[in-house]
Amino acid sequence: MTEPLSFELSRPAVDPPRLPDAEVDGPAPSDVLPHDALRAKPPGLPRLSEPEIMRHYSRMASLNYSISENFYPLGSCTMKYNPVVNEAAAALPGFADLHPYQDEETVQGALELMWRLERALCAIVGVDRVTLQPAAGAHGEWTALRMIRAYQHSKGEARSEVLVPDSAHGTNPASAALSGFQVLEVRSGGDGRISLADLESKLSPRTSALMLTNPNTLGLFEREILDIAELVHSTGAMLYYDGANLNAFMGICRPGDMGFDAVHMNLHKTFTTPHGGGGPGAGPVGVKAELVPFLPSPMVERTNGHLTLDHKRPQSIGRVRSFYGNFGMLVRAYTYILSMGGDGLSQASQDAVLSANYLRKQLEDDLEMPHDGPCMHEFVASAHGLTVHNGIRALDIAKALLDRNFYAPTVYFPLVVPEAIMVEPTETESKATLDSFATAVKDIVAEAATNPQGLHDQPKHTPVGRLDEVAAARRINAYLQGLSEDPVLRWKALPETVPEPAC
Amino acid sequence: MADRRYTKTHEWVTVDGNQATIGITDFAQSQLGDVVFMELPSTGRKLAARETFGVIESVKAASDLYAPIAGRITAVNEKLSSKPELINSDPYGEGWILKLDLAGDLPDDLLDEAGYKKVTEASAE
Repeated sequence: MTEPLSFELSRPAVDPPRLPDAEVDGPAPSDVLPHDALRAKPPGLPRLSEPEIMRHYSRMASLNYSISENFYPLGSCTMKYNPVVNEAAAALPGFADLHPYQDEETVQGALELMWRLERALCAIVGVDRVTLQPAAGAHGEWTALRMIRAYQHSKGEARSEVLVPDSAHGTNPASAALSGFQVLEVRSGGDGRISLADLESKLSPRTSALMLTNPNTLGLFEREILDIAELVHSTGAMLYYDGANLNAFMGICRPGDMGFDAVHMNLHKTFTTPHGGGGPGAGPVGVKAELVPFLPSPMVERTNGHLTLDHKRPQSIGRVRSFYGNFGMLVRAYTYILSMGGDGLSQASQDAVLSANYLRKQLEDDLEMPHDGPCMHEFVASAHGLTVHNGIRALDIAKALLDRNFYAPTVYFPLVVPEAIMVEPTETESKATLDSFATAVKDIVAEAATNPQGLHDQPKHTPVGRLDEVAAARRINAYLQGLSEDPVLRWKALPETVPEPAC
Repeated sequence: MADRRYTKTHEWVTVDGNQATIGITDFAQSQLGDVVFMELPSTGRKLAARETFGVIESVKAASDLYAPIAGRITAVNEKLSSKPELINSDPYGEGWILKLDLAGDLPDDLLDEAGYKKVTEASAE
């Protein structure tokens, strides 16, 4: 069952909302606002009593699926539990009540936190400096490519191509294209890792950078990373690290030591700040010394214990985000790093890898494993056999898992595996949770043989059942092209349910 | 159709005099699944062989469309905007995508029926 909108629940008999009187005398709106900005009538706000509106929101909250309640086996998008201590730190008035225009002298604590977080991230990924501004991973990719381009321009080079592997996250080619680069694809070899021969054939004096995720999106460590780095650098190009999979080896090895020149990190993945609808995100970018002059302004500097925001950076690519990034996320990530400590972070990565390998082993007789293990923090299985023999696709398995109280894993990515199912359990899940997930998948695979139609009809116990995704996509596209008035994508007030509030 | 030629990237082309018709293959549509959106070029644009000319989107994936041959676009199948499902139901007929005025000779890497069958068998494994 779904929940009506508050407007649909509105009852005319309820008194309109009463707002407190303003505490300051101000001019009449008609004296200061242009005529066309003035309302002719009061807004049609919903009329509900306090218990009614409270229950409305509580019911909607109960329809949510969240990491606080259940397991998210989402691959390639580390969905970590968000520790409550992070929220306690972010809510401290000295952080939560700051205004971004406050004088530097009055925000020394906040600047100190940014400075210390930068030091910690530098140590974790092995770079010289980090910008905390980017608001998400893709934003970090774009920021790094702008810096690489500015650096190469400063040396009189105009390199026009960016290489991405065929297993890359879709944001990699998108960020490169948005930065004005031509994108060339590098093929994976049979072992799921980047083909050195194909890489060599695509590298040229036009190559600006290779964007690489390690471990890659198949959950496999790029073992030849040192050779890859040498090849890329020998043509004068740079190596960019997509940090989506950093959770596989925190405190064990460092992208900077592998030869990466620019590294982004997702605080909302690896460093436990809220993710997805719970965002906003944060995608800091770390760079080696030669790229430091090009980092976005301002940077936090510390001299004799005094912190300042340095805007005098003549070679900087400029600001990439208003103010100083999503500061609340920086507080949460720093809290996580401090509460874990260095040993704790490397233990987290080891546990994440162990969880993934345990689950992979549990499921290897039920789903195909297209690449040899062991894997890193995630693995990719394939439902290709079930599709051929029973007509059950990865999508059906994902939907059926919803009825078994699990979030759906990533499906159909990476594109190099047919009917891909990508699972990343993370370090926080217990053996019991992993076992119950494996049991659910086994149960679905068994049902595929005995009752495939039953699977096509699932989920049946979610607030909304199986959607016709094809019809939805076609109808929305027809609407966007102006070919159809249907579906209605914008809610409109029904006159009889929203009376004019009496003033 | 015997004179239909194919590419490794799953486009087909037929030629009648100076006029070529192109689309995507039955294998391609079956791999993509239900097509929900096509982004297509305008008539008059000149395409080089293997140039990207549009995007085909299914619920599973969005893929680039490549020109199997060089030429100037003389017609675009407008029906595909409102009925992208024609690609699934009739990829070699009503689901045609572009008509081109041929520029120069056909590329020599086009495949015949037997050659294309080998490509699909290899990728189906």
